[in-house]
Amino acid sequence: MPVTTIGGKEVHVDDEGFLTEYDEWDEELAKELAASIGISELTDDHWKTITFLRSDFKEQGETATLRRVSAVGGIPTKSLFQLFPKKPARKMSYVSGLPKPAGCI
Amino acid sequence: MTDAPIVPDFGDDDEDRKISFVCSKGSLDMAYPGLIMASGALELGIETHIFFTFWGMDMINKKTMGSLKFSPVGNPATHMPAALAPFPGMTTMATHQMKKQLDDLDIPDIPTFLEHLQDMGCHLWACKMSVDMFDLTEDDMIDGLDGVLNVGEFMEIIEGAQTMFI
Repeated sequence: MPVTTIGGKEVHVDDEGFLTEYDEWDEELAKELAASIGISELTDDHWKTITFLRSDFKEQGETATLRRVSAVGGIPTKSLFQLFPKKPARKMSYVSGLPKPAGCI
Repeated sequence: MTDAPIVPDFGDDDEDRKISFVCSKGSLDMAYPGLIMASGALELGIETHIFFTFWGMDMINKKTMGSLKFSPVGNPATHMPAALAPFPGMTTMATHQMKKQLDDLDIPDIPTFLEHLQDMGCHLWACKMSVDMFDLTEDDMIDGLDGVLNVGEFMEIIEGAQTMFI
C-alpha cells in the first residue's frame, strides 16, 4: 500500500490516492485533501457532508452513495453537485478520507 | 527529497463525455436498468439524456409511473414453471416480491428515482410519436420534463453521445 505525504503528514493511500486508514484522517488533513483537488474552502455545508459520511461509514462499513447522503443525511443532491463539482460521489469520499462508494445508487 | 503527493485524477479536464439512454419498456424490471446506469453516469459528471418512447412512456406518465409491474410470463429467468406464470395473481405477487427486493437495497421507486436523476441534472425527453399515439399532454407527464422531441431533434441533441437502447 503506497504511503504519501499530504500537508506534511504521512498517510496510507490506495493506488489512486484515496486514504485507506480511517484513523489517519483529521480535519486539517481534509482541508489539504480538498485543496489538492481544487476545493479551496470547506464551508459549513461541506463539513455537514463530511461529518455525515464519516459517521455513516463507521456504522455501515461502506461509503454512503449520493442518494443515501440525500435521503438519510438530509443534504440535497443538487447541493452535493455544487459542493463537490462534477464528480460529487468520488470527491466527497476523497475529502472525507474514505473509499469510493460501492453502491450503484 | 520529497515526492509529489499521490492525488486521484478526477478527470475534470477530460473532454466532456455524453451518454443517452432510450427507454422503450414499461415493465418494472426493464425500467430500472436505464435509470441505474444514468445515475452512475451522472455521478461521474457525464452529460446524460434519457429518451422515453413507446411503452417506456409509462415510466414518465404520472398515472402509471408509480405502479409499473413485473410479469413472470415468458421470463424463464424467474425459474417458475412456465405453466404457472399466467395464473391470476402471479403478476401482483411477482411485482410485490421485486419491489421488496429493491426496497431492501434502498433503491427508490420509479418516481423518486427520476426526481433524484433530475436533481443530478439528467435531461428527460419524451418521444413525439408516442405522445401522439397515446394521446398524452405535457400535464400527463412528469414535472420538469425537458421536452417532447421527434427523432430528428433527438439525434441532434445526442450528437457525439454513446447511446444505449433498453
